[in-house]
Order: sequence, then C-alpha cells, then structure tokens
Amino acid sequence: MSEKIPVDLRYTRSHEWVRQLPNGQAEVGITDHAQEALGDLVFVEVPPLDRRLSAGETCAVVESVKAASDVYSPVTGRVIARNEELVQKPELANSEPYGAGWLFRVELDGGALGGPFLTASEYEQFLQEAA
Amino acid sequence: MPFIPHTPDDVAHMLEVIGAGSIDDLFDEIPGALMARPLDAVPPALSEMEVARLLTERAARDGRLLNFVGAGAYEHHIPAPVWAIATRGEFYSAYTPYQAEASQGTLQLIYEYQSMISALTAMEVSNASMYDGASALAESCLMAVRSNRASTSRRILLPRTVNPTYAQVARAITHNQNIDFEIVNYAPSEGRLAPQALGAYAGRDFAALIVQQPNFFGTLEEVDALTDWAHANNVLLVAVVNPIALALLKPPGEWGSGDAGKRGADIVCGEGQPLGVPLASGGPYFGFMSTRMAHVRQMPGRIVGRTLDTQGRPGFTLTLQAREQHIRRSKATSNICTNQGLMVTAATIYMSLMGAAGLERVATASAERTAQLLGVLTQIPGVALAFDTPRFHEAVLTLDRPVGPVLEALAERGIAGGLDLAASYPELEHALLVCATETKLDADIDAYARAMADLMRSSRGARAAIRGA
Repeated sequence: MSEKIPVDLRYTRSHEWVRQLPNGQAEVGITDHAQEALGDLVFVEVPPLDRRLSAGETCAVVESVKAASDVYSPVTGRVIARNEELVQKPELANSEPYGAGWLFRVELDGGALGGPFLTASEYEQFLQEAA
Repeated sequence: MPFIPHTPDDVAHMLEVIGAGSIDDLFDEIPGALMARPLDAVPPALSEMEVARLLTERAARDGRLLNFVGAGAYEHHIPAPVWAIATRGEFYSAYTPYQAEASQGTLQLIYEYQSMISALTAMEVSNASMYDGASALAESCLMAVRSNRASTSRRILLPRTVNPTYAQVARAITHNQNIDFEIVNYAPSEGRLAPQALGAYAGRDFAALIVQQPNFFGTLEEVDALTDWAHANNVLLVAVVNPIALALLKPPGEWGSGDAGKRGADIVCGEGQPLGVPLASGGPYFGFMSTRMAHVRQMPGRIVGRTLDTQGRPGFTLTLQAREQHIRRSKATSNICTNQGLMVTAATIYMSLMGAAGLERVATASAERTAQLLGVLTQIPGVALAFDTPRFHEAVLTLDRPVGPVLEALAERGIAGGLDLAASYPELEHALLVCATETKLDADIDAYARAMADLMRSSRGARAAIRGA
C-alpha cells in the first residue's frame, strides 16, 4: 500500500478523502493524486461555517495556475471548521494533502460517515484502472 | 460557393440518424414571422467607384445633426492622435492574441488601461473590458450573486433611475440564471432615489443594489447614503458610472461613510464610449468593470497582471485564467471571455493624452454647457425643468405638449434635440432628456434655443388662432 494513500481514510471517485473524527465529526480534504494532477495550488475556497452540506454537493474550489476544480462533499452534515491556514497558504494542500492541507470539518448528520466510500486499496486500484 | 465540407450524402445520413426530414426542420421552433425572408431587392453588383458615390450621397442626405442627445452615449471631442495611434499596425486589432504572452505590447497596454480604470473608479482591480456598458451591468449582476457570501438570494434591487436599456439587457442575459429584479421607484419630485425609501426592502435578503451615478435623468444620486444602506443590509453595491463624470465626482470606491476598507461600491461598471470612442450609430463601444480584490475570482473576463520572467525581468501575463471558460468550462465566471481590444486601445490613448487634468476640464466644460443650455431653454414659455436636483451634464425637461413632434420639427432644422422619455417613463408627462458636452459652443446652444422658442411660439400662436376663430 502506497504511503500516498493512507489506510485509515476513506475515498471518493472524485478524489476527496474523509477522516472520521470522534464525536460524530469528519474531516475532508483532497487526495495526493488530486493535488498532483492540479499542480501548484494558488487559491482554495472552503465552505462557510454552519453551511449544510449534502453528500455529492459542490462545496469548495481548489485552483492552480492551470485549472480550477470543484470539490464535492463526501458527507452530509454541517460545516463546523474551515482550514483558515490553508486559505492563506494553499500550497499546504500540495505538501501535506492528508494533514495540514485539510479543507473543512463537518458535524455528521446522525454521526455516521455514510458512504459508500472506497477503502485505500480500492482507491489505489481505481487510480490504476483510470491510468 | 461556400465551403461546406458535408456532401449531400453526409447531410442525408445525418438527418436520417436524428430523424429530421430536412435541415429546415431543425429550425421549426422559430416562429414563421421571425424567419428572414429572402432579400428580393438586392441590386446587381456595383463597382467600387459607384458604391462610394452612392454611400456619399446617402450620407449627405442623412445630414449631420447638431447633437443634444446623451442617454448613455456621449459626443465628446476626440483628439486626432487618439485614432492615429490606435490604428497603427502595432495596435490595430480587435483581438487579444491567443498566444498572449508573445504580445507584450498589447498586454502592457491592457495593463495600463486596467490601472487607469482602477484609479478612476478607486477600486483595486479592473478587467480588460467587456462588450459594452449594458452587458457589463448584466455581468455585474451575475457576479454579485456569486460574490455575496452573506446572502443566498438571487434577487437584485434595480432602480428605475438606471438606464432602461441596461435594465432590459441585464434581464435578458440573467433571465435563464433565475435572477429576479425588484424595481425600486424614484422620488417623483427629485428624479433620484430616496435613501429612506429603501427601508421597505430591509431584512428581505437581496444580493445587490444597483446605483447609477449620474443616473439616467442626469441627476446625482445620494450615493453615500445608498452605499451605507446596502452594506448595513449585507447587500453588495453595484455602481454604474460615467467615466468622464468620475473626473469630478467622488469615485465609487469611496462612496459611503464607513472606514476606509469598509466603504465603497463592491462592483463598478459602465460604458467606456465617452473615453475616445466615436458615437458611430451605437457601436462598437466597450464596457468597463472593476472591483475589490476580495471579489476578483468572481470577476468575469480577462485580467492582465505584471510579473517577473525567469531572469527576473518585468513582463505582463494573462492571470487568474482558471476562472475563464477555456479552463473552467461550464463553471466559468462568464461565457463572455473576450474584451473590446481596439476600443480599449483608443480609450487608453485618450486617457493618457488627456491626463487627470484634461479629463477634469472635459467634465467641467460639459457640466457648464449643460447648465447654459438648461438656462436658455427654460426661459422659453412651455419649457420647464422636471427636477431641480444636482446634476452632471444631462437633465430632464418637461414641455407643454408631446415631445415626439417637437423632436421631428427640430430634426428638420438640423438639430437632434434629445431623447423622448414617453416610452420608458410614461408617468413623466412630455419629458425630454437633453445633454450638452464640451463640444457644444455658444452658437450651437443659441441655435437650439432659437429653434425651440420658434417651435413653441408658432404652435402656440396657431392654437391661439384656432381658439380665437
């Protein structure tokens, strides 16, 4: 298993990752593959606090010098934190996509992640098939 | 013969696949009355000499009226160097080159243009221009809805003092994006918005308020109070301004009474034609648009930025292109991703030649000529000012009779006397919008006043005679 796809996260086919946090919360970001495909990020727009998100809904934008892409919420819930440091330093999503480069945190409806998601191995296989 | 790569067999095959009987069937949703009929009166071809002769004769027949019409397009003097320079081979193109960075001169010109518009409007960033003032307003409405983070509303407050043509274009362009306009009336005695009347809209969640300064009647709106109201209600302020007037008036970036950084319009747009572009029967003109950096990613159109190359030398580049449709496709900020390159070239040269002091002299002279015109016209019995409020270089007169026939009679005397407001503002009885710029001299104004006095007197006399008989 590549270290570029941590095993403790869940993934989407649109290249977001989601991390289950305690107390029915979740953290969302974009994968290493996504940041690599986009190139150097220059701008990140994250959803406002308290916004209600439905799984699959457009909720953020990541922009590099060459492209701008929508980020789709993998989960349903209410936004409880935005990564303000990332807004100031979009390159964090390039250097640490699974750590300091997270986008936002959500209080999950019913406390459950929902899904279906891909596991790390399924996401890796998905990338290989798409390549 | 036109070059059409499809053979009759190709066409027949394609029609069969999609189940259409003929190519004309593809257009059957267009009502028959709107279909262009074949031209049946096209004469046989003429030689270049014959065509030149014909058009010269027709131009002479149209004549050249002494122009007192404004209403969004303004006749200003254009110094000869403006178009002599703009039409040089190095500049003479309507296009931003596709290999943009290879054309450093073009990019530098656009960058200088953006800097001038930003300075004139006191905003942080300008785009490379839009099609015209009306479409720039439509784009500003779309941008305001995207930009207003405090509101999810798609409704916009549209005062009746905004140019009615702009309002029409804004509706047409934004209609399919579900944007609604709520019409705000003006104070009937003042010809401008009453800021206290906006209280009726408070707490109803609007994305933006549009304010035109000077407004369509030429009257100055109370922009500070309007801007403060907008910001107090989480409503973005979209300013529509005349660039020449900005030489004298407070720039939109400074409207309102808040602290620096909090006050000011959020989006500014307008018609750039007064800056060195001839009237030319209505176009091509260009629209301008500027905003604050906080909203720059929602601003449509091209933006040129200054940067350093790999060797540290300054250069110019198209920037923030990820907003545009060649990259962001259907999610782009606009489907209009072009600019009016040649008109912007002329405007940039015009502004450079005039300088701040020159623009101020044009603005001052225009305001003075209008004041002079209003002074003599309102001396004429049957002619009065509709609104006695501060104005720039345009005003509404009310006549004691319908405006249309008066304008026709003036035209017969070689004078374009203004715009009849009957269609757009039926509540203003016999209203005539007039404008004089720095191009109108004492003799011109006297000629207009004499013709008007004559018309008003003669028909009065005729009526009196009829009554007497």
